[in-house]
Amino acid sequence: MEERKITCIGCPIGCLLTVVIEKDEITVTGHTCRIGKEYGVKEVTHPCRIVTSTVKVNQGVEHVVSVKTESDIPKDKIFECIQELKDCVVEAPVSINDIILENVAGTHVNVIATKIIERKEDPHG
Amino acid sequence: MVKELVVIGGGPAGLAAALSARENGIEDILIIERDVQLGGILNQCIHNGFGLHTFKEELTGPEYAQRYIDLIHENNIDYVLNTIVTHISEDKVITLMSAKDGLYHISAKSIILAMGCRERPRGALNIPGKRPAGIYSAGTAQRLVNIEGRMIGKKVVILGSGDIGLIMARRMVLEGADVQLVAEIMPFSGGLTRNIVQCLDDYGIPLKLSHTVVDIQGDKRVESVTIAMVDKSLQPIPGTEKTYECDTLLLSCGLIPENELSHQLGISMNQVTTGAFVNESLETNVEGIFACGNVLHVHDLVDYVSEESKQAGQSASLYLKGLQNKEGKDIRIVTTDGVRYSVPSTLNVSRMQERQIIRFRVGRVYRDAYVSVYVDDTRIKHLRKRILTPGEMEQVLLRSDELHPFENIDQITIKIEEV
Repeated sequence: MEERKITCIGCPIGCLLTVVIEKDEITVTGHTCRIGKEYGVKEVTHPCRIVTSTVKVNQGVEHVVSVKTESDIPKDKIFECIQELKDCVVEAPVSINDIILENVAGTHVNVIATKIIERKEDPHG
Repeated sequence: MVKELVVIGGGPAGLAAALSARENGIEDILIIERDVQLGGILNQCIHNGFGLHTFKEELTGPEYAQRYIDLIHENNIDYVLNTIVTHISEDKVITLMSAKDGLYHISAKSIILAMGCRERPRGALNIPGKRPAGIYSAGTAQRLVNIEGRMIGKKVVILGSGDIGLIMARRMVLEGADVQLVAEIMPFSGGLTRNIVQCLDDYGIPLKLSHTVVDIQGDKRVESVTIAMVDKSLQPIPGTEKTYECDTLLLSCGLIPENELSHQLGISMNQVTTGAFVNESLETNVEGIFACGNVLHVHDLVDYVSEESKQAGQSASLYLKGLQNKEGKDIRIVTTDGVRYSVPSTLNVSRMQERQIIRFRVGRVYRDAYVSVYVDDTRIKHLRKRILTPGEMEQVLLRSDELHPFENIDQITIKIEEV
């Protein structure tokens, strides 16, 4: 049996949930609505997060472009995702929704740009 | 140069206000922005969670800003970048300065103040100790990391649990830093619950409530900071000191509305918000000058900034078209029993729209309490709230038909009533 304490993020109340995992059965207590119960179950079975970070840009008016995973990815893939993004460099210009990295960390989720980065004007014309 | 409407600040408030004024028929609009781009603080808030109310989807800060910037372009609304306003006279002559155009003046018929906030710096916090490198306000750190692409430290302590501090705790961990703890002097967090969970709990970063920094060590660079527990009067308790080795201290200790221009104008200011006093139209006591967004009061969600600023744009357009209702009197909105302030602070029943949102914040955490609204001695609203916290902005909606039955209203009171 495993017991976990989780704060619900469904609303500002922030109920302290107690989730008990026993074989195939998950019981949530401490919630005050349906959202809390579902959140508790999801957090112990397959917790997911949208990951946001930055990626280096060549020849851009700024040095980095902000990015996000197109949908949420498993929580245990976050650091792998960040690591892959650290090795990534893109060429300006960049537009919002440009795919920066496909299938990040084997999640079948793409990482996309969330900002426009224009190309630096070439000083040699 | 003469302009009908000048909006000072091209962040989320200024953009929404300008757009709303255009939608309400004002052609001649100029937005003045001091940064190199529009969008304000949203440009460095690369995390998601913006726009759930406005666009019914979860966007990052730059995406939210771009939605508005695109609309500014589609509507051909003029703006200048790299330009700072240094003075506004009472007859609405604005002094501007930029490297490209030098110093010049614009005369405006109406002005919307949307200058936003700056962060409370170390000097305003009275933290003892040395003054080495490695101490940043959380927003400065956010800019350095997210826009300039620099790493600012490897071992981090954060003072203050404001949202920017929480967001930066996660960001620093993802960038490879070791975030040791977040210390908060108050017995409650100043940030949103979802940020505490997703930025601290997710990464096992402890949040120490009722703790503060009592010393900073290091000559050239921060080497360690000493944290102590505080008592009820926020004084450090001797014997509770603990020293944490670190090279970076981030401060997330509140935002200060940038109201130097408002002071010059002689606008009457609210001591609680340090923003202007405004009526239901978000107009200040200087006719034709409106305020919205974080320069008026610090918001928790940008969605509320956009909504509020939309109203400022509508009000400015009514003023410019000479359609502002001059009848009726300004009724004082009194805030008491836990309600720290309200925006607006006065309300004119004959001028108010059908639905008027009153925004406010509470001074401490309340559970199972009521938000009550009184018209003089008559209670007209008694709304049960499971929780009220200082970190989240609250609002009540007043409809004009709820107020019409009353004659000669002296004051409206908003208060928290506990069970």
